[in-house]
Amino acid sequence: MSGMVYAPRGVSRALETGAAWLLGFLWVLPLLYAFWTAFHPAEFSTRFALTAPLTLENFERAWAAAPFARYFLNTVILVTMVLAAQLVLVTLAAYSFARFEFPGRNVLFALVLVQLMIMPDVLIVENYQTMTKLGIKDTILAIGLPYMASAFGIFLLRQTFKTVPRELDEAARVEGCTPLQVLWKVYVPLARPTYLAYALVSVSYHWNNFLWPLIITNSVEARPVTVGLQVFSATDQGLDWSVITAATLLTTAPLLIAFLLFQKQFVQSFMRAGIR
Amino acid sequence: MTSARTQQWILAWLLLLPAMVLLVLFTHYPAVATFWQSFFSTPKGSRAAVFVGAENYEQLVADPIFWQALSNNFWYALGTIPASIVIAILMAIWVNEKIAGRGFLRLAYFTPTILPMIAVANIWLFFYTPEYGLLEKFLGVFGAGSHNWLGSKSTALPALMVVTIWKEAGFFMIFYLAALQSMSPYLAEAAAIEGASRWYFFRRVTFPLLMPTTLFVLVNAIINAFRLVDHIVVMTRGGPDNATALLLYYVYEIGFRFWDTAYAAALTVILLAILGLVALVQFFFLERRVHYQ
Repeated sequence: MSGMVYAPRGVSRALETGAAWLLGFLWVLPLLYAFWTAFHPAEFSTRFALTAPLTLENFERAWAAAPFARYFLNTVILVTMVLAAQLVLVTLAAYSFARFEFPGRNVLFALVLVQLMIMPDVLIVENYQTMTKLGIKDTILAIGLPYMASAFGIFLLRQTFKTVPRELDEAARVEGCTPLQVLWKVYVPLARPTYLAYALVSVSYHWNNFLWPLIITNSVEARPVTVGLQVFSATDQGLDWSVITAATLLTTAPLLIAFLLFQKQFVQSFMRAGIR
Repeated sequence: MTSARTQQWILAWLLLLPAMVLLVLFTHYPAVATFWQSFFSTPKGSRAAVFVGAENYEQLVADPIFWQALSNNFWYALGTIPASIVIAILMAIWVNEKIAGRGFLRLAYFTPTILPMIAVANIWLFFYTPEYGLLEKFLGVFGAGSHNWLGSKSTALPALMVVTIWKEAGFFMIFYLAALQSMSPYLAEAAAIEGASRWYFFRRVTFPLLMPTTLFVLVNAIINAFRLVDHIVVMTRGGPDNATALLLYYVYEIGFRFWDTAYAAALTVILLAILGLVALVQFFFLERRVHYQ
């Protein structure tokens, strides 16, 4: 609650702290379990003993059993490509909506907002046919293309741009800046926290995205790590759970480590992205 | 000679152009084309698609799996959304207080959010495994017999709901935490002076002030309930006996395993209609009633 006036006291404080911890424990339990399984030999995957030896063998076997290095590379390319394109497209569009008067502005903005509800995630059948027609099926570009014009990003950045004082804009124009220079020198620097927030949300979204990449790719050269993980764990290679769990942790490791290191920025970014 | 105003217009349009082209190509066009295609047959080999009127929709109405997917999706939304919201509010209130171990709790609650659903599904799949899984081991201590959680019709969907709640509650917590932090501490002080109990203060002050956040979360949660089926692909493939087939998963199955694109288009139209309805309700009903800063 806001303020400390209503912070629980005495017995109820102990009870609430206990409940919060119980929930916290339940929430980390599946992850702890995954770590246990991945770092111990298979015979200990469901047996808990303090004497169980630690091992990295599961990770070695997982890494050797599938081209994870290539999958990682694909994901990094995908995430970078999508983010770069998004930043450019979203900046230009948001600037136009925030600071220009032109006929059709409201209609066009409404058309942009449609994507907040109808995301590319549900238009898989038709987008698959489009990619086939464009001849780019089974490429990293095809995974990213439907997401590059992001309504969410346009909306978020437009809100930020609208808070930039007009005087700054006009001062820059008086000094002879063209509209694009104003955008670059005034708006973009002032929106840095929004860009960071958007970038973190975008990267984690596309690192984690699965169904569309699963549909549109079918080769090692294009598959992102999520699809690679699924192909690896679904094909019956007689792998035991410890290896699959190790692979699972492997694929999430970069994001998980980044999150643990920059926890505050992540949480603040997600917060910022959610407030409108 | 173009006036300064016309130049402004042209510049504004040019700035919008790249984003609009991609939006039209991958959102508006496919939405309209899906609708159009749903009135044609699936092209097979050399046989081109022919106009079949409402045939795909007739097939849909007569398809028990479609109705089951629709009802599954409805129960799935009903089973996950209120629970996620209640847990999210609790979490937010707890980590907003000076509770012992606040940093760890915040981390514990939020971590599932940043993991890919597919990885989460893999971990929980093992968790639920009959005989070997942790859940079985745990229940075994209490003398409970073995149960195939994902393999039996009555527990498969609830088992998936638990995964969704686990993954989403921490995400929604963030928005509640932001709202709580922006609330004025004077409200609590004033209420305390008036002698309001903690629960009364929550019910009459905090919760109503969180309403805009709740609606934002609600809309997001509904969209997610229809948009995210990654865990179904990994954990149950819609089974057993379609007990966990959600609408989008059924679209995926019809479209990419049976390659019946016309029928998949008709199914997608239903999905789009539901999402459109959510948008309309939000726009005309909720946005007018809720006060945003």
